Amino acid sequence: MSSRDELIDLTYIRAVNLALDESLASDERVLVYGEDVAIPNGPFGATKGLHAKYGDRVFDTPISESAMIGAALGAAMGGMRPVVEIMYADFLLVAMDQIVNQIANSRYVSAGRLGAPLVIRTQQGSTPGSCAQHSQSLESMFAQVPGLRIAVPATPQDSYAILRDAVLVDDPVMIFESRRLYPVKGSVQMGAGQGRMGQANLVRSGTDVTVVAWGTALQWSMEAAEQLAAEGISCEVLDLRWISPWDQAAVLASAARTGHLAVVHEANRVGGFGAEIVSTALEELGSQIRGAIRIGSWPVPMPSSPTLSAAVLPTKDRIVKGIQSLIKENKG
Amino acid sequence: MKTPPILQHLYQQMVLIRLIEEELFQAVNDGRLTGSTHLCIGQEAVPVGACAALGEDDPVIATYRGHGWALARGVPPEQLVGEIFGRDSELNGGRGGSAYLSAPQYGFYGENSIVGAGVPMALGLAIACARIHSDRMPLVSIGDGAMNQGNVHESLNMASVLNLPMIIVVENNGYVEMTPSDELTAVPAARRAEAYRIAAHEVDGNDPEAVRQVVSDARSEALATSRPVLVEAHTRRLGGHYSGDAQRYRPAGELEAWKLTDPLVQARQKLSDDVAALCEAGAAAALVATVAFAEQMPLPDPAEVMSHVFAG
Repeated sequence: MSSRDELIDLTYIRAVNLALDESLASDERVLVYGEDVAIPNGPFGATKGLHAKYGDRVFDTPISESAMIGAALGAAMGGMRPVVEIMYADFLLVAMDQIVNQIANSRYVSAGRLGAPLVIRTQQGSTPGSCAQHSQSLESMFAQVPGLRIAVPATPQDSYAILRDAVLVDDPVMIFESRRLYPVKGSVQMGAGQGRMGQANLVRSGTDVTVVAWGTALQWSMEAAEQLAAEGISCEVLDLRWISPWDQAAVLASAARTGHLAVVHEANRVGGFGAEIVSTALEELGSQIRGAIRIGSWPVPMPSSPTLSAAVLPTKDRIVKGIQSLIKENKG
Repeated sequence: MKTPPILQHLYQQMVLIRLIEEELFQAVNDGRLTGSTHLCIGQEAVPVGACAALGEDDPVIATYRGHGWALARGVPPEQLVGEIFGRDSELNGGRGGSAYLSAPQYGFYGENSIVGAGVPMALGLAIACARIHSDRMPLVSIGDGAMNQGNVHESLNMASVLNLPMIIVVENNGYVEMTPSDELTAVPAARRAEAYRIAAHEVDGNDPEAVRQVVSDARSEALATSRPVLVEAHTRRLGGHYSGDAQRYRPAGELEAWKLTDPLVQARQKLSDDVAALCEAGAAAALVATVAFAEQMPLPDPAEVMSHVFAG
């Protein structure tokens, strides 16, 4: 076990693995289960070595997402702390009833007599060649449902810290990891209590425009900010990290300072969470904000051919163009 | 005539459930209760018999037709009726209502308005019980219509392969909402359970003593074998799918024929008149006290409507 002040270099997926390991070690109530997570060590390696170490607290299930997620609610009501792995976010849709009608309601409708202290981990997004049913970014679909805490970590530090703390809270937490980011390395501060539930992270300071991004879109936004800096446009980049509840205070304070807001996400732009953030900024900031835009995937099912999917995703060039026009059209 | 003391107890519970359900029906019709309600009139023997067989802390999950299950599990009638009347009850403060109330402090983990959705949750309770309290096990009640839901089949298979002790009670009440069960069911519940290597037992769901015996045996079997057990209880719904259901789909004479096997009528025949009258008087007095208490219960505070979304 690593100590709190230790800083180590980890890949995003290894950071998830370590957070699961420490959660299992520190609380007997924690269970980890899902498809191929035990004996096969996890389809992406998130659960590598955990079955060998923790025995039947880490177990394989049938391909039955509704039963898996409903069982997490029942196990949580019965005193356990389940962490369920759903292999692809697209498969959450098989279990929509248990997430939306059952888990999200349990605390409110029982007036707090029941609750759902559980974690649903999944990964999402497009990678070259993956089909439309293995490529969607679905976080905003769940963000409309009251009662779910939703995180989209963009770095190894957050894939570790958010999961570590999600296991400790008494609410249901959905964590949308990113398959594209799994091999990315970064330094990670170990220890519980750093998930900063609901808090955004300032990753680049700037003065002309506030860029809010999460998940894969953070790296694309950072690349765009670098290029825009060379053109004289100074971007302040916030990694939102949590989209439910989300850090309104940090976003509004930054947007009020810069006067411009661009929200970037890999999910479909239409009805995406960017629309919620832009609307909130316009409602709350009035004349303090001169312009606000959303940048997301174009509204088509994700095509499999890398040539086509690259044309759908909101990567660096589209972010650069979007922010250039935002600044140009709203000079004040 | 000598009365078995257990039957006397079960009969009085069934009568109280019947009276409360009839009172709720009346309250909907005369406008005292807003919204629809799903009554278990005719099916009282299933929850009463089953709950009499359970351990004190066994968790129970029911469906939207769950008032009888809550009452049989020991939920105070005045709190249940207050909750249904939208009052600030000790159960859910008016947030649950008729079709979605819960009282885990009495072992009642809730009704559910999504057909079959309680089974995955019971599966999880079985996982927790097996690890924390190996002398407890969950019971989940579903209707025969729920046997056509995917999540039920996912859960039956998973409970079987994970060797989890739990009881699934299928209340076959003759109707899938408004369509006769036989028309929509390819294979009976018990045979489907066997396809998942789950032991299945059928019982006359209008006989509370028989239900108690079968569920008691099922509980012992489930704990001894660490396996799920399914019980199909054959009963008859003597009312509509919901309170406003005019039941025009029922063939002429069916209801009259079904009333001949009413569980209350059958149980009463096994009791002496004196004992039956005593039970009925006790239940009637309880109803009066229940309604009086529920009707003076305060309304919930609208200022609190945003609370309990999250724990923190």
